[in-house]
Amino acid sequence: MKTQEISGPASAAPFALQPGDPIYARVLRVLLMIWHAMTTSRKVAIGSAIVAFFILVGLFGPVIMNTDPNAISTLFITPPTAAHWLGTTVVGQDIFTQLIYGTRTSVFWGLGTGVLVTLLSVMVGLVAGYFGGWIDDVLTLLTNVSLVLPALPLAIVLAAYFPRGSLTICLVIVFTNWAWQARVLRAQTLSMRSREFVTAARTSGEHTWRIIFVEIFPNEIGIVVAGFVSTTIYVILTWTALEFLGLGDRTIPSWGSILYWAQQAGALGGGLWWWFIPPGACIALLGAGLSLINFGIDEIADPRLRRERPVKVKNIKKAVA
Amino acid sequence: MRHLLRRILFYACAVWVAITLDFFIPRLAPGDPVAALIGKMSTKGYVTPAMQQTLSAEFGLNTHDSLLAQYFKYLGNLLHGNLGNSIQYFPTPVTQIIAQDIGWSLMLGAVAVFISFTLGCLFGIIVAWRRNSALDTILSPAMNFLSAIPYFWLALLSLFIFAYLLNWFPLTGGSYDAANINPGWSFDYIGSVIQYAFLPALTLVISSLAGWMLTMRNSMITTLSEDYVLMAKAKGLSEGRVMFRYAARNAILPNITGFAIAIGAIVGGQLLTEMVFSYPGIGYALFQAVGEQDYAMVQGVFLIITLAVLGANFLADMLYAYLDPRVRVERSA
Repeated sequence: MKTQEISGPASAAPFALQPGDPIYARVLRVLLMIWHAMTTSRKVAIGSAIVAFFILVGLFGPVIMNTDPNAISTLFITPPTAAHWLGTTVVGQDIFTQLIYGTRTSVFWGLGTGVLVTLLSVMVGLVAGYFGGWIDDVLTLLTNVSLVLPALPLAIVLAAYFPRGSLTICLVIVFTNWAWQARVLRAQTLSMRSREFVTAARTSGEHTWRIIFVEIFPNEIGIVVAGFVSTTIYVILTWTALEFLGLGDRTIPSWGSILYWAQQAGALGGGLWWWFIPPGACIALLGAGLSLINFGIDEIADPRLRRERPVKVKNIKKAVA
Repeated sequence: MRHLLRRILFYACAVWVAITLDFFIPRLAPGDPVAALIGKMSTKGYVTPAMQQTLSAEFGLNTHDSLLAQYFKYLGNLLHGNLGNSIQYFPTPVTQIIAQDIGWSLMLGAVAVFISFTLGCLFGIIVAWRRNSALDTILSPAMNFLSAIPYFWLALLSLFIFAYLLNWFPLTGGSYDAANINPGWSFDYIGSVIQYAFLPALTLVISSLAGWMLTMRNSMITTLSEDYVLMAKAKGLSEGRVMFRYAARNAILPNITGFAIAIGAIVGGQLLTEMVFSYPGIGYALFQAVGEQDYAMVQGVFLIITLAVLGANFLADMLYAYLDPRVRVERSA
């Protein structure tokens, strides 16, 4: 019952996975599935567009700007003008340039960290679920303990002790956030393990790792994608929060570090709204985009959450009459 | 009974992991941050021999004790409620500072959680009952949007609008107007406390309201399709009775567990609130300790927060098993 609900995205689409297909066919199906989700759900479409926009800005923005984001000038604390679209900081840095460069840092570290978190949870979840026995006991205990420890305070403590830098934050976030998805995947793998295609693979002498990652894993892609999206939202928020506390690399512009410097310079008390509103708005927008994708996936998975449209039914009745 | 025992064992294990992490993190960190801190502070000339000695004892510098001996000494200290001495307010014990600050955190958090839980559940029930009505189509997406806003940005924004532009609330932070008002049971003091806590509480409510509401809505929608609800409607019971006494009573289950966890998160869940508003609770203490590299303080606060969260999770587990007998049977079988 539970697993059926979770595997919804796969079963709702008309491209249900057939165990036993070659890998490229499965990958193609997954892509078709994602395309299907994007085209049928308006929420997923809008969300994807927002995320794509930020990725494009992150990729090409700095190339087009091509100026040093930390370059200082004598134009201190200027409100937005035609030359400086988002004004300048207390040392005359152009905030728009910083924001564009910051988009690159924040989006790519955020997505990258999201990928790492997902990879770790896939490893733990599949291994625990497939092997069972003491391996499962140990990994499940680890997962559950990690789940009940408060993530943000632990991340702050870890980041405070280890050397400042983007890599530290990335690893700290991976270490504190892998457990939730691992638990979901373990439950799914557990139900997968006794299916016929796995037994068939085992009797035909396939290698254990091949069974786990080539036979079982492709069937869980739907959950992994949904989990990746919701994890990434949380990762980006935690990332910004840690940078806002000054625990990240303060020399590289990112959404979090712009907010950190704004806070340090007392931008709030000085009324320098152009300094702290734009980076926050970017985070909010990217978060909203990812949430929309997630709500869309949820609705595809659980039809009860979908909005019924009684209006249309009425129109059809009228037309018939 | 077996279920209870297993949960107790599990939480004992989690507490041990938290305590052990707290001990090993500073010792495993590369480059010995504590030694670096002492070095940095002694160049400024404010490391007294007493301070050096305490720090060395706490973090195992210049001692000949093995790591294991240090670990047991640390456990012994914890059992006596000794979390070490703060560096920034040397030689005040960490426990004393935490005891001072935790009251403000608890008050702010409790008020915010209570308000947002009550409002969130109520909205969720009504919105699910009038599904697809104008209220639902406006309120639900609006709540989704609010929940996507990063919390500390919402806090900064509200501080900017209500404190800087409109001047309704203090911009400087603190828990009351310390310059003009003496603490006591006076009208002025309580008014000042409310004025200083209002904005932090408001942002906490706004950011957590959506979660309560959406969980309640989804759970309520599922419950409303149950036969017994249909039966209740068919019997001609009043709308309010079916809504609250029949459907909501069962639908509220996921939120009740969430409530128990939120109670535990009060201690540590508003770290960002206190940091942005400079509200002198335990989160603000952590923020300052991180900035000042006051490691004993950082560890102490982390430990208190973790213990609170673990306690609340345990309570939530027990509560759930009590409210939903299926959990008891399933898990102990």
